[in-house]
Amino acid sequence: MNDRPTIIGGLVIALVALTFPIWYSVGAGRPGPPPELELPADESQCVEDAASMRANHMDLLDRWRDAVVREGRRTYRSTNLGEVEMSLTKTCLGCHRNRETFCLRCHEYANVGGEGPAGGVRCWACHLEPEGN
Amino acid sequence: MNVLISLAAVVVLFLVGLLGGLPVLDIVFGILLPYAALAVFLGGLVYRVLGYARVPVPFRITTTCGQEKSLPWIRQAKLDNPSSIWGVIGRMALEVLCFRSLLRNTRTRLLEGGRLAYATSLTLWLAAMAFHWSMLVILIRHLRLFTQPVPGAVQWLQDVDGFLEVGVPVIYLSTLVFLVALAYLFLRRAVNPQLRYISLLDDYLLLFLLLGIGLSGFSLRHLIKTDIVAVKELTLGLATFRGVSLATLGTISPLFFGHLFLVCALLAYFPFSKLVHMIGIFLSPTRNLANNNRMVRHVNPWDYPVKVHTYEEYEDELREKMKAAGIPVEKE
Ligand code: HEC
Ligand code: HEC
Ligand code: HEC
Repeated sequence: MNDRPTIIGGLVIALVALTFPIWYSVGAGRPGPPPELELPADESQCVEDAASMRANHMDLLDRWRDAVVREGRRTYRSTNLGEVEMSLTKTCLGCHRNRETFCLRCHEYANVGGEGPAGGVRCWACHLEPEGN
Repeated sequence: MNVLISLAAVVVLFLVGLLGGLPVLDIVFGILLPYAALAVFLGGLVYRVLGYARVPVPFRITTTCGQEKSLPWIRQAKLDNPSSIWGVIGRMALEVLCFRSLLRNTRTRLLEGGRLAYATSLTLWLAAMAFHWSMLVILIRHLRLFTQPVPGAVQWLQDVDGFLEVGVPVIYLSTLVFLVALAYLFLRRAVNPQLRYISLLDDYLLLFLLLGIGLSGFSLRHLIKTDIVAVKELTLGLATFRGVSLATLGTISPLFFGHLFLVCALLAYFPFSKLVHMIGIFLSPTRNLANNNRMVRHVNPWDYPVKVHTYEEYEDELREKMKAAGIPVEKE
């Protein structure tokens, strides 16, 4: 007895499964660079440097929430904009007025659950978006 | 000693990986090494499996647990000693998905009065299940970095995995289970003297490598963050063979390269380590051969036509001499 055909068949299945990302992306038309984000037209700087915001904005929001909810402090001394109010709706979305073309577009690309397609729930179930986008 | 050497090896690997944060070296650690590691991983696996495939299978192993198929009034252990292909598939599936043979792990103890007692010990099974399944979940979750659009199943898994909704970003349950299980699997070797005695350098090395990957991954998500969008540009660039711009590569933190380099080391080492059991398990003869020796004729694959010299031929050749010596012959 020799089980070569079965073994080779299994090997092919294993290889197909292990290289899933490669053929999936080829099937999806080899997606290119991340989507363009709509940045505020009338402002040039974020509360902190853009690079640090890209990596750490969720930390900042987390710290803001703790400061507001647990300690009752509402002003934040930022690096770039002086004192700002610690508010998701009023400050962040005050500049980044369109959540869809900014926060959401990026989160969809990185598949962030908290605010992505299935989400929206986690923050925006309670927090408001500015009207009239 | 083995523990310290392997720990030091993983720390050194990690520190080397951090060099990926430097310009130019980021091309090496971000693009060249991952492709090389993947090639070694896939090529090595194919090589190992082709090696297994060349081994002939003379006979079915009957000495697995359970009653084999016999007379109609003797109940067969259909899963432990299957005689059909479906039984084999069932046995294999239970082994691969539930690690059934680890359930046979026992603990031996000398009770008072010198009585020897055996008891089932489920901790190894539990830790192995926790470790392997959480690793699968973690691997699937990583697809969010390698696919665009991300399959809905990945999002679903993320939601289920993060159902505790603790922390921003949420702490995934699988991350915690993975780290705790690995810590247990290490302590098991380090604390138990018998196990320590049979543990090799490579056993510790793999555990530390996996722990290093887990801890650096946890840090990347929760402690020392990096720009995930840039990381995704890199990883997606690798999957689509499109590459990534140097500017983007430059914004990724050294910690990420440390994480990636440990993964590359694991991938490249995989085919040469005990980890090939990922594929080898499917080829274990006590799991994948139906016990049908009494139903099917199994011809020994290394049988070849042997040149024989029968007694009749022998006698034909020497009859005269035998007669002369008075030796009795069959044919006159
Ligand atoms: C269960 C409802 C709820 C959810 C979900 C929620 N928050 Fe809040 N959040 C609140 C409440 C209530 C306050 C207090 C508002 C105040 O005192 O002005 C608050 C305050 C905050 C603040 C500071 C004050 C302000 O106006 O922004 C931040 C920042 C914040 N939350 C961020 C977040 C983020 C980020 C998420 C998603 C991960 C989130 N929150 C999800 C209810 C919620
Ligand atoms: C004063 C207006 C303003 C406020 C308030 C503001 N931003 Fe920004 N933000 C900007 C501008 C302008 C940029 C682009 C900066 C650049 O490219 O240098 C930016 C960039 C960013 C980026 C990086 C986007 C990218 O890929 O380049 C993120 C993430 C971000 N902001 C999140 C936030 C969050 C979260 C808050 C609330 C804590 C916030 N911003 C508050 C104006 C603002
Ligand atoms: C440059 C891309 C980018 C932009 C723009 C961006 N985010 Fe994020 N955000 C991310 C990434 C990536 C993560 C997830 C990090 C991770 O998974 O480790 C994240 C995570 C978060 C989280 C935590 C999610 C969780 O799972 O708990 C919150 C809250 C959040 N972002 C809020 C915002 C808000 C509000 C804005 C718009 C003002 C915004 N982000 C804009 C990339 C972005």
